[in-house]
Amino acid sequence: MFLWFHKLGSPRYFYAFARIIAPWIALVCATTMAWGVYQALWVAPPDYQQGESYRIMYVHVPSAWMSMFVYMVMAVASAVYLIWHMKLAGFVAQASAPIGAVFTFLALATGSLWGKPMWGTWWVWDARLTSELVLLFLYLGYMALHEAYDNPSTGAKAAAILAIVGVVNIPIIHYSVEWWHTLHQGASVTKMGKPSMPASMLVPLLVMALSFKAFYGTVLLWRLQAKILEREYRSKWVRELLTGDKA
Amino acid sequence: MQDTTTSAVHVSLGQAFWQLLRRDLLLTLRRGNEWINPLVFFVIVVSLFPLGIGPGAKTLQLIGPGVVWVSALLATLLALDGLFRSDYQDGALELILLSPHPLSVLVLAKVLAHWLITGLPLVLLSPLLGVLLHQDSSVMWVLMATLALGTATLSLIGSIGAALTVGVRRGGVLLSLLVLPLYVPVLIFGSNAVASAGMGLAVKGQLSLLGGMLFLALALAPVATAASLRVSVE
Repeated sequence: MFLWFHKLGSPRYFYAFARIIAPWIALVCATTMAWGVYQALWVAPPDYQQGESYRIMYVHVPSAWMSMFVYMVMAVASAVYLIWHMKLAGFVAQASAPIGAVFTFLALATGSLWGKPMWGTWWVWDARLTSELVLLFLYLGYMALHEAYDNPSTGAKAAAILAIVGVVNIPIIHYSVEWWHTLHQGASVTKMGKPSMPASMLVPLLVMALSFKAFYGTVLLWRLQAKILEREYRSKWVRELLTGDKA
Repeated sequence: MQDTTTSAVHVSLGQAFWQLLRRDLLLTLRRGNEWINPLVFFVIVVSLFPLGIGPGAKTLQLIGPGVVWVSALLATLLALDGLFRSDYQDGALELILLSPHPLSVLVLAKVLAHWLITGLPLVLLSPLLGVLLHQDSSVMWVLMATLALGTATLSLIGSIGAALTVGVRRGGVLLSLLVLPLYVPVLIFGSNAVASAGMGLAVKGQLSLLGGMLFLALALAPVATAASLRVSVE
């Protein structure tokens, strides 16, 4: 088991592994997405207060969750990369950044589309919106720093430090904007004992969250495969693979 | 610098710290524009706001704390780029990295020197700008206290960004991109304390939080900066 895990850290084995596993995760993503979207848009009852427009939540909430989840993945992968010099972990962090940035942007955009009919304005400077915006800036800074270095491995190390510094700062930023000024409704799902949402609304939301996670997994694996080929193009196995030369 | 490295074996950590602090202070003081320019920038930016928004005393009093704080933040950012750059270019930074003493402590000496030359003058100058923006005289002490705690935190956080971008050509813009999001909490509590003081409210909470952030940055930032320097100077 441990040996298998160890082997997986090498780009060559990971590439083969990713090729097998990615289509299955993509299948999970597609089926849960189809079911979740159908449930969310046709089956789930309209909200007694917000009417139909609450349905944007089925995209908004999973993207907001993913925006934070991806950053955590990035920070953990960066720490692994810095501590054990595991090349693959550096690739994971780098490949995750644009995906996370897009999730963050999606959360902001859908939130503001929802805010117009509900709050009567596209944007308010409330705690969650502001910390989500700062998170987007952190993603952009990470990617900019990565790109700034000519030597990819120096860039990866510098960006890894930045990701870890960012993850220390995220809670501070979050609480400071929360105390600053707040208008956003409280979290309604994390109240685990008694969620303030009926099951017919909650289940599609959780299915959508699963689907978003599978989407991240799929895209991450694809990006990793591309990155491995790009960075290891000099090695023999890549040449054999690409030219179909099995000698 | 020469004597700290050649006789490194005999130099204690405390001596190395003071030597580095003294050297950085001397170097920057002799190159006047490095510390005067950010100050002038600070004054000009603050004086642009009344020109852009209008000279009404009520408005200026309302936006004053935020304006002074944002301008101070930008001025620290402007000075930050030079923190490691000249040492990087003339090779002194590599000697500092080679020293047997813990790099995070030496980094702290450099950041302290940097704050004494760029942060402290901002603090001392701020009451003058407060007067220009019609701030109440009772608010000035709060303004100075928050800026003193805040700019020190900003210098510490900023040193991480400066260390990460020191090896990058034209790193200045990149530096602001990295560091500004991390400055958000300090800005919020700093300007909020001044605004609350203007309304006659208690500011002990905000000052305690600023102090807490300073100590957190004091403990963690030099370690991150040291690690970043080792990556940048390879």
